Amino acid sequence: MKAGIVIFPGINRERDMVIALEASFGVKPKMVWHKDTDVSGLDLIVIPGGFSFGDYLRCGAMAAQSPIMHAVKAHADRGGYILGVCNGFQILTEAGILPGALLRNASLRFLSMDCHLRVERADTVFTRQYQTGQTFRSVMAHGDGNYFADTATLDRLEGNNLVALRYATKAGDITPEVNLNGSAHSIAGILSPNLRVLGLMPHPEDLVDPMMGGADGKPLFDALAAA
Amino acid sequence: MKAVVTVMLKAGVLDPQGKAIAHALGTLGFAGVEDVRAGKILEIEMSETDPVKAKAAAEEMARKLLANTVIESFRVSVEG
Repeated sequence: MKAGIVIFPGINRERDMVIALEASFGVKPKMVWHKDTDVSGLDLIVIPGGFSFGDYLRCGAMAAQSPIMHAVKAHADRGGYILGVCNGFQILTEAGILPGALLRNASLRFLSMDCHLRVERADTVFTRQYQTGQTFRSVMAHGDGNYFADTATLDRLEGNNLVALRYATKAGDITPEVNLNGSAHSIAGILSPNLRVLGLMPHPEDLVDPMMGGADGKPLFDALAAA
Repeated sequence: MKAVVTVMLKAGVLDPQGKAIAHALGTLGFAGVEDVRAGKILEIEMSETDPVKAKAAAEEMARKLLANTVIESFRVSVEG
């Protein structure tokens, strides 16, 4: 699988994503500037975290209108793989590639800390090196990670088993205390109906090497590399 | 013409910023504040001189960019 990373002005987590992708894929990902309009040759498009266009208006709103996003939407329509992390998840929802929206954290605080994610299904290209029900450590760093969708959308996500990851205790319990940003149904990450697009707020790329303090996020990238 | 676009979170969407402002108003001694909703106002200077066309254009802008209709509603007014 050949991977590329889309860069918008204000994105600042792309180098962490390069490290994670290169460690698993063995080759550097292609860097794609937001004014480009061509993603041909790429199997996986990654939209990393940061503060695209200063988060002006709404997080991800400007980036979702960038020229490259037409190509990203066409890639999604063709069944291509897309991973959106943090601001990347916000951009995917603003672009309508994934449903719902990310609101201001319920606490109004910027959250920068470890969290645990429970894997809700392990039969996707992103999660298949984890076990369903397993938790793994990840890192959150966001001010607007409070997942919101209307009741019908939440029912559809739950009914079709499209919630990939939820905030949980280390033991795997879903409690309000560990749902720090206030997300509906403790949702940390969701999938497209064809299971080829994953958007999540926490940063699996931050833990891909023991030198970083852990490698809990590496199975996600290893699984993608093997696809 | 000037179009004024008011964007508000929809009813039912949690507005923690509004809640914090309401709490602060109570702390300052303003009694009887039951709820606060925070939104944004965008003033758009347009070369269009027809108010009907100006309003229609501003509504299109709101749908495409200024508001996220998953979570927000908007209203548009035009001023000479």
